[in-house]
Amino acid sequence: MIERLAELVNADAQVVRRGRFVNTTFLVEVGDNGYLIRIADGRIVAITPGPFITPNYSFALRAPRDAWQTFWQKLPPPGFNDLFALFKRGLLKIEGDLHPFMANLLYFKDVLAAPRKEAAR
Amino acid sequence: MSPRFEPIVGRYLNMELLGRPHRLYVEEAGQGIPLLCLHTAGSDGRQYRGLMNDARVTANYRVIAFDMPWHGKSSPPAGWQNEEYRLTSRDYVRMILEISAALELERPVVMGCSIGGRIVLYLAHEHAEKFRAIIGLESSPHVAPYYDVSWLHRPDVHGGEVCAGVVSGLISPTAPETERWETLWHYMQSGPGVFKGDLHFYKVDGDIRDKVDEIDGRSANLYLLTGEYDYSCTSEATLDIGRRTGAEAVIMKGLGHFPMSEEPARFVSYLLPVLEKIRARPAVAAE
Repeated sequence: MIERLAELVNADAQVVRRGRFVNTTFLVEVGDNGYLIRIADGRIVAITPGPFITPNYSFALRAPRDAWQTFWQKLPPPGFNDLFALFKRGLLKIEGDLHPFMANLLYFKDVLAAPRKEAAR
Repeated sequence: MSPRFEPIVGRYLNMELLGRPHRLYVEEAGQGIPLLCLHTAGSDGRQYRGLMNDARVTANYRVIAFDMPWHGKSSPPAGWQNEEYRLTSRDYVRMILEISAALELERPVVMGCSIGGRIVLYLAHEHAEKFRAIIGLESSPHVAPYYDVSWLHRPDVHGGEVCAGVVSGLISPTAPETERWETLWHYMQSGPGVFKGDLHFYKVDGDIRDKVDEIDGRSANLYLLTGEYDYSCTSEATLDIGRRTGAEAVIMKGLGHFPMSEEPARFVSYLLPVLEKIRARPAVAAE
């Protein structure tokens, strides 16, 4: 899913516009697998899968694989429809320098939800 | 599209509130039993536009919504620039009673959502006799902080963008796009620090857990409606209040934390049976 994120986000002009001032690298962990996602002017310019030796990122989003998979369903069930829903349930950990994340919250919610566009159901 | 006015009428009410002069914006539509509506934290009375435009509601109910001080088209009190806005349960209860009295409403039905859904529990506990019925939307006795609310008011983060970002996931994913973004727009328009100040009540001051068992939901004529996608005020929290107070509690499918605003027609389908029950009951409080 994460591997397809660049294509899905960059093809969506509205999401890219929403993130046009975002320039950062953040970490997403899907279970044990980490991915460094580099954003330049709202576009995803690199997705680097782990393992990492000294990963350099602003903030990290970590959740178990099955939580992400439920989150990425086309119509997620209650409690799995939003990043904040996941972390209120204790399934998602958000840590690091949260400034880019919070200052562009609608953008990052769109980015992380992008796999729903291709979800079967 | 030919121009048309909605049946909603808005006016500014000047009154003494919490010991200070205030200028408040009040909207209403319909006639009959007064239904005083309380908006959510960091938003305003426009959330009730769908109800005020629905003839099934306004045929028998006079739907009234005021913007709380600091919210919508109501002004903050003079001198606001030198204080930090923080809502408390004490002030919120007084505000509702004083505005209801200023509007000369006689035992209105009161309906509040989120912080409004919380404060109506205080009304049911302390002032049930003043209301013909009490409707809590997205009611919970307490919500523990789950993110750092200081992000909502600081100069290096746009307040409107972050407030909308924080609440966006509380809307059901099935909500129509137009109503979803109208709901978020209200959050984007909120003044600096206002949402955060309301959350002081929601997450700190307004903890009513130890009084829930003292609420008599049946004599207070208390009804609870909560959207299934609300992860702030959860279905479990609402059903628990229902069990402990005897209030009728219903979980609304396909709705989230802003039912009246995110999909008004779907919400009205859940509200109408409640309004009919209220209408069918005698208007005088049981002695």
